[in-house]
Amino acid sequence: MRLAEHIQNGGVWRERQREQRGQPGQEHHTAPRRDLPQPGERQALRHRHRRVADQAGILLHRTAQSCQSALLRPLRQALARAPPPPACSCLPPESPTCVAIKTPTDFRDTEQDHEPPYEISVQEEVTARLHFVKFENTYIEACLDFIKDHLVNTETKVIQATGGGAYKFKDLIEEKLQLKVDKEDVMTCLIKGCNFVLKNIPHEAFVYQKGSNPEFRFQTNHPSVFPYLLVSIGSGVSIVKVETEDRFEWIGGSSIGGGTFWGLGALLTKTKKFDELLHLASRGQHTNVDMLVQDIYGGAHQTLGLSGNLIASSFGKSATADTEFSKEDMAKSLLHMISNDIGQLACLYARLHCLDRVYFGGFFIRGHPVTMRTITYSINFFSKGEVQALFLRHEGYLGAIGAFLKGAEQDNPNQYSWEENYAGSSGLMSSSPELCPTQRPRSGTFDLLEMDRLERPLVNLPLLLDPSSYVPDTVDLTDDALARKYWLTCFEEALDGVVKRAVASQPGSVDAAERAEKFRQKYWNKLQTLRHQPFAYGTLTVRSLLDTREHCLNEFNFPDPYSKVKQKDNGVALKCFQRVIHSLDALGWEERQLALVKGLLAGNVFDWGAKAVSDVLESDPQFGFEEAKRKLQERPWLVDSYSKWLQRLKGPPHKCALIFADNSGVDVILGVFPFVRELLSRGTEVILACNSGPALNDVTYSESLIVAERIAAMDPVIRSALREGRLLLMQTGSSSPCLDLSRLDKGLAVLVRERGADLVVIEGMGRAVHTNYHAALRCESLKLAVIKNSWLAERLGGRLFSVIFKYEVPAE
Amino acid sequence: MLKLGGGGGGGGGGQDWACSVAGTGLGGEEAAFEVARLGDPGKAGCRGPGRGCAGIPDSAPGVGMLQAGAGGPARGGQGVEEVGAPAAGGEERPARHPSAPALRLLNRKPQGGSGEIKTPENDLQRGRLSRAPRAAPPAPGMGDHGGQPERSASHAPGTPAGAAAVNGVLHNGFHPPPIQPPRLCSRSLPGGGDAAPPRLPLQPELQPQPPPPQHDSPAKKCRLRRRMDSGRKNRPPFPWFGMDIGGTLVKLVYFEPKDITAEEEQEEVENLKSIRKYLTSNTAYGKTGIRDVHLELKNLTMCGRKGNLHFIRFPSCAMHRFIQMGSEKNFSSLHTTLCATGGGAFKFEEDFRTIADLQLHKLDELDCLIQGLLYVDSVGFNGKPECYYFENPTNPELCQKRPYCLDNPYPMLLVNMGSGVSILAVYSKDNYKRVTGTSLGGGTFLGLCCLLTGCETFEEALEMAAKGDSTNVDKLVKDIYGGDYERFGLQGSAVASSFGNMMSKEKRDSISKEDLARATLVTITNNIGSIARMCALNENIDRVVFVGNFLRINMVSMKLLAYAMDFWSKGQLKALFLEHEGYFGAVGALLELFKMTDDQ
Repeated sequence: MRLAEHIQNGGVWRERQREQRGQPGQEHHTAPRRDLPQPGERQALRHRHRRVADQAGILLHRTAQSCQSALLRPLRQALARAPPPPACSCLPPESPTCVAIKTPTDFRDTEQDHEPPYEISVQEEVTARLHFVKFENTYIEACLDFIKDHLVNTETKVIQATGGGAYKFKDLIEEKLQLKVDKEDVMTCLIKGCNFVLKNIPHEAFVYQKGSNPEFRFQTNHPSVFPYLLVSIGSGVSIVKVETEDRFEWIGGSSIGGGTFWGLGALLTKTKKFDELLHLASRGQHTNVDMLVQDIYGGAHQTLGLSGNLIASSFGKSATADTEFSKEDMAKSLLHMISNDIGQLACLYARLHCLDRVYFGGFFIRGHPVTMRTITYSINFFSKGEVQALFLRHEGYLGAIGAFLKGAEQDNPNQYSWEENYAGSSGLMSSSPELCPTQRPRSGTFDLLEMDRLERPLVNLPLLLDPSSYVPDTVDLTDDALARKYWLTCFEEALDGVVKRAVASQPGSVDAAERAEKFRQKYWNKLQTLRHQPFAYGTLTVRSLLDTREHCLNEFNFPDPYSKVKQKDNGVALKCFQRVIHSLDALGWEERQLALVKGLLAGNVFDWGAKAVSDVLESDPQFGFEEAKRKLQERPWLVDSYSKWLQRLKGPPHKCALIFADNSGVDVILGVFPFVRELLSRGTEVILACNSGPALNDVTYSESLIVAERIAAMDPVIRSALREGRLLLMQTGSSSPCLDLSRLDKGLAVLVRERGADLVVIEGMGRAVHTNYHAALRCESLKLAVIKNSWLAERLGGRLFSVIFKYEVPAE
Repeated sequence: MLKLGGGGGGGGGGQDWACSVAGTGLGGEEAAFEVARLGDPGKAGCRGPGRGCAGIPDSAPGVGMLQAGAGGPARGGQGVEEVGAPAAGGEERPARHPSAPALRLLNRKPQGGSGEIKTPENDLQRGRLSRAPRAAPPAPGMGDHGGQPERSASHAPGTPAGAAAVNGVLHNGFHPPPIQPPRLCSRSLPGGGDAAPPRLPLQPELQPQPPPPQHDSPAKKCRLRRRMDSGRKNRPPFPWFGMDIGGTLVKLVYFEPKDITAEEEQEEVENLKSIRKYLTSNTAYGKTGIRDVHLELKNLTMCGRKGNLHFIRFPSCAMHRFIQMGSEKNFSSLHTTLCATGGGAFKFEEDFRTIADLQLHKLDELDCLIQGLLYVDSVGFNGKPECYYFENPTNPELCQKRPYCLDNPYPMLLVNMGSGVSILAVYSKDNYKRVTGTSLGGGTFLGLCCLLTGCETFEEALEMAAKGDSTNVDKLVKDIYGGDYERFGLQGSAVASSFGNMMSKEKRDSISKEDLARATLVTITNNIGSIARMCALNENIDRVVFVGNFLRINMVSMKLLAYAMDFWSKGQLKALFLEHEGYFGAVGALLELFKMTDDQ
């Protein structure tokens, strides 16, 4: 592995958390504590999850090692039991962690004022997480130490490694780790890794256009990734056609690659380091070295319609002139020469195989803007825009991921869905090669990626009109500088409140304040990063900002800061349920329909975090609900297709409605459930989908189960529907305040298909405005929300508390 | 100055030198082409003396397929030439004529009814040969078309080969020369079977066969033609030049009339005479001009005149001196038209006008290239074939240069390697498109070599390359994988990364200039090879013709290309080469001179 200093090494280790559910008070098995690269942040984890690092693997750039774990199997079994029914357990008050719901054994208890409808218990989540760490090759020893520290499972006998270093460091690794090195094929690993990230990270691939705004334009990959062309530019170039998950073919290559740039560059400029060469190149003028068309044609190229700036002959001037050439100019010329050549070959191969997407990877690219720029230029030039050059955010990890997947084959990691953890991952360009290499902090590790394994596979909602063109997010903040500025500021300003809420949510914890402060720091830093590099985690959207906040909160052991608020809200709202139903039933049919819709909307009006509102609600929830309805904009609403909806209701009932719920408390109990009840009465089946995990005050699946039971106890319509399977509670697979219809729980998708859902109701700002506002479905859809943000309201041409009521019927 | 490895004149020196080019020991892919190492008597010695064939013993006795600078006196001047192609681009030139397929179809037609091209009426209609005397009896079945129609007549009717004839050089309006009978294709190659050109099944005319009895002998036809030609009145005034001004080299072809009558001699102005004498009695001009004596085409009839075609080159940087000379010699008084192509025709047009009072007739370089190539191939190389290929390109022991008949050249992929590289798909003489190009060409080789080794000329660079070993510089597959990379079927000896070993400082410090020169040559050549191969696949063409001055005295590259085409296509692609590598543009320009005059 001669890739000396700059070639990143990555490490991967996997860990699991012991399942604690149903084992209150049980001591955790404790593994030796690792020191993660960012010790300050990670120490908090100790409180949250006693993770058992069951195994480890490192991988060096081109030297990916990962280990196979015997622990994966029990882990998977544990997961197979999920989702369990809410478990009963006591709440160790001093131990703030993940939240589960305990259904009180006696409902009547909650009839008393301020008695919570259920208890909250603590449980350890069972999640598997993949960690990828890059080490520079010079720090191979540190890297191996790092692995060793995390290698607690003595049953691990083999470590998977790939890349040139797998050969070079084999002995060192085997000696140091006492593991057998299993060398994996580089290209197989690379492609496995590539497929993995393309499948699991929505904004993995991007096109790069220097100078345009935004420079990075992310692609939505799914659902049809295959076939594609992968051009891996290491020291040489490999061109691989990938046809399916397991089938790929090496269709060509070139010996003019990164090694040529480095080797030839070092000879020409006496500059030893790859990054320094690139740095030189970024300052040079290739026209001093290259013979251009205009050098041959003089000024006549214009009349001939030729572009005078085209390079006729790379280094053509250095053959004739006696002059000295500057290092910068030569480096630039060399870079152009190599990038153009690779781009040209890639185009020729793409054309031969009728492919229009080419993913580029390898250390030559590795996020270097200057190479991405020249490659993109070259591809556009040679293909006349017909072929797209795509780059990958996690390009540097592909081999490592592949090696890991190879090692974990028996556990079939591909059966799961994975999610990038924004809190634990350093974003794109976190170690910007643009910086002069000497200024870059040099350390053992310099880049991280974490992927959380989700409990259940995620798939497209089968009702999407065109999954390949579906983009969940309404506004691309990478694109829209004004909106970006607004929302970043907005999230910054809201940070204090979130910190307070987090502290308040764990009154018994001694270190809550400390952790909350760390959370503040972390999220603040992420926001600052995003200000300067909006592209760091893919397309920047309100959703990604919200998700990042959730991930950061989680990271510091605040998995559900709203648990108590939700608990109280649910309790309060449940008390009003029957009264609301009675008043609805007293209305005439047409009035009732409007009241039901208003009820759905009213749940969205209040920010439950605002103290004034909470006070009103607490003193008189019924009043609060009515107050909220009054606050709503009068019809006609900002977007108002209510008449059309009403007309539709006069027609035959829908077969099955899929409803995505939003908030806990008034929203779901007094807004959604009455609406559901009406649909059920019409003979429509209802699938109520709630988040799998907590996010803000959104109702979770577990909470929805309890709420439904409580309501069933009060209401015969709901009761019989639940019993007869006409009302189904499902989880979305998501823990986000927004909704990505292309990543939904597979069970939900299956059910939607089975039941033949013909109406989708999406409620709330996060799900119906920030996301899915433009989503086109194959069936009727209802998107409703109250705009609680004056900036957004203004953007949409309305005012605060403007109402969106968007009823859409697909064209025949 | 060229430092020739061997002694004396001509073949000897060239041979040694060429051998050394071909014979550096490589462990890599390119080693496959090695024919002989310098000073390896076992291999190099196998060639007969005087046959300055660079490492390839030719089976045809007396066929000196030498280009390795064998002949002439020491070459000075700078080497690599420039195609002048508007290069790096992938910009496509519109084909001169509307749609390629349609044209090809059209072109195929006449070949069935070959009568069309045989009758004077047709000639008239065409308006091209109308100046041929009516009285001349049309050669039965042959017409006035000289070589090409004759050859086309020998095609079995119905074979697509006829297209070549119809689209041959003749339509350019010049009157083709007498053929050196029996020309290349019908010439039964001495040595019999072993020299048989490829594609025999496709080209029955290639097989040795007696001329059809009912036809006049080619020689007779030539005589007829000459008479007709000499009767022609509209002919450009001497001197006849064709110029191709590239980015690195200027290529000049000069037609020296040898049939000057006493009367003419008297009339010939002093100026003109001095030019003729100067050019034909010297082989070097100034410090950098060179006449490639070994390429001279003798006894050629062009535009009705018989004479020799000379091939001269000098570096483009000497262009201003050349123009100055034109001014001093009062060239403009000759009322000649200078036909020029290449980028320099545009770049220096104004200088010609203002300094030398000469009006350049600017011509498209790709048109010229193709017309020139077809012409030179049609007249042959003084009775020898112009086009050749390498037999057994993947076997260094058996790799041999062989003549190839390019009578039916379409479609062909034409790779013109000058300073940069242009790749054309040619479907007929005037239906072609520029497929792509690359900026990694001869200029890159020389430029990088100069920077890396401090050498100054193409010859020097090639000489060093001949001695070097690129495997010290390149990283091979086995350097990475310890052997073959079986997953992809890559041999351990394949180059994984050009200059890849130079990433390490120790290796940088231990490398020789020769190794660097060799690696540069191999890198550039292989790259051109792989782009050409991909283009051939994309265009569905199986013949790849490599031309351009990058190949001058460059056996290493030729064999590498031959190997690469064959190996990577599993024998499907054939690499073809031409003796007059870099001069076709200039020849094409000269042909335009005749056509121009004809059209007047």
